[in-house]
Amino acid sequence: MAVAENEHAHDDHDHHDMGEFIAHHFDSPEQQFDSGKLGIWLFLVTEILFFSGLFCAYTLWRNHHPEVFEQAHVFLDKYLGGLNTLVLLFSSLTMAWGVRCAQLGNNKGVAFFTLVTMVCASLFLGVKAIEYSHKWDVGIYMQTSEAGFAADYKPGHHEAPEGTLANQLGVSQYLVYLSAIPAVLLVLFGGLGGFLMMTGKVPLGKTFIGLAITVIGYFAGACLGQGYMIVTDGGVGGHAQVAPADSGPLVLHAQESPVGAATIDEHAEEKPAADMSDKAHDEGHDHDADDHEHAAGDSHAHDDHAHDDGHGHMHDPHAKPKKFDRDVGVFFSIYYCMTGLHAIHIIAGIGFLAWILYRSFCGHWRPDYFGPVDYVGLYWHIVDLIWIYLFPLLYLID
Amino acid sequence: MADSHGHGDHASFAHPAPVKLLLGVFFALVILTVLTLLLAGNMGPFGFVVAMLLATLKASLVMLFFMHMFWDKGINIVAFLSSLLFVGLFLFMTLLDTSHYQESVNEFPRAAPAAAPAPAPSQPSPSP
Repeated sequence: MAVAENEHAHDDHDHHDMGEFIAHHFDSPEQQFDSGKLGIWLFLVTEILFFSGLFCAYTLWRNHHPEVFEQAHVFLDKYLGGLNTLVLLFSSLTMAWGVRCAQLGNNKGVAFFTLVTMVCASLFLGVKAIEYSHKWDVGIYMQTSEAGFAADYKPGHHEAPEGTLANQLGVSQYLVYLSAIPAVLLVLFGGLGGFLMMTGKVPLGKTFIGLAITVIGYFAGACLGQGYMIVTDGGVGGHAQVAPADSGPLVLHAQESPVGAATIDEHAEEKPAADMSDKAHDEGHDHDADDHEHAAGDSHAHDDHAHDDGHGHMHDPHAKPKKFDRDVGVFFSIYYCMTGLHAIHIIAGIGFLAWILYRSFCGHWRPDYFGPVDYVGLYWHIVDLIWIYLFPLLYLID
Repeated sequence: MADSHGHGDHASFAHPAPVKLLLGVFFALVILTVLTLLLAGNMGPFGFVVAMLLATLKASLVMLFFMHMFWDKGINIVAFLSSLLFVGLFLFMTLLDTSHYQESVNEFPRAAPAAAPAPAPSQPSPSP
């Protein structure tokens, strides 16, 4: 019973009670396990405190400038965020199930559930890549200058320049850039896995093949997200459908989006809008300047947004001319930092899980030795836990 | 302690969570997530509080059952929950003096009256 169920021929190293995995300074497997467990809990404490700096920035900014958050959150698609929440919750389930298998010494079970967890992690990143690339398409970046958001924001549909791969696939060019990394990794992991399998290093080979499958999860997530974008015509969160408030102590004398204002004007003509007139005069040269900027350097050179902006704003019959607070970009600075740091934790988690996968192919887990699975599991759950809070804080602002 | 040298016994420190429990917790989490999505934007001024309460409920479920806190040693639980104390202190101390500089927040250029947008048109113009 204490012996792992996985009957690898090379795996008969249970010649003494405690197995080979007990460090010499521990009396018993239980003592080793408890020490490791306290250690990982302390590490999780540092993780919480690490993230709390960003949560603090969030709290302070939202406290000072709630109007910025109200304007900004409409650019985040809550259904994509919800989908990612479900994916992470499911990965938490499979992780917990994998820990259970490890506690029962079922190495095949651990391998299976660890792999499912890794694929879910990767899928999460795929959906995230769709979200990020779509934001970059419409010019939502971190706030890097005083003009920031208002100057960069260019609503509407953006097609990649002709002749590029992105254009042929009908996806964002940024998505192609982002996906280049997993594409290279897929080839690398697949090739390495096959090579190791052929040279007899079976557990390691299987691990790399598992990693290749994990990377496929990224593409599955990206396809899922892209499909959602196509079905919803750019995503529910792709367009600022909620007109920002016109009143309040701090509201919105700051800059207006030149392009945004110009395009929205086209649809707003029939509506009585008091503040149209004062805007009209400075649009002419702003628009030129902006077009020039586009042609100069970025991926939207062919994109004449003067006429294809229409779709986005058709959704909302009450669309008003929108003014965006100059500092809306600060919300996205916080957004990118929080979700980016979270994504880095996901990537690190995939690495740790790969280690667990390798060791379960080696048949290491036994009822008295499953610590590492438990520890990685705890880390994985904390990543999930942070997302559980990030999701309502970033996506569901009323 | 002695029996943890176990000869085929269940190691005393392993508490495999029943599959039914894990699945139950997962479905509860899914239901809470859907509920969060449905309630978003429909709760008026309580939206934030409700969303945070639901998130905390979800977090508690994850911690108790997925993270095995339910079966864990007291020292681990205290160690982990102490982090929340420090996060609370951190937020509290940071927010403590906000009213002290609220005026300068309000007066910062972005809140200046409508005459201020002068920098707006001038911003893109250097590029051509």
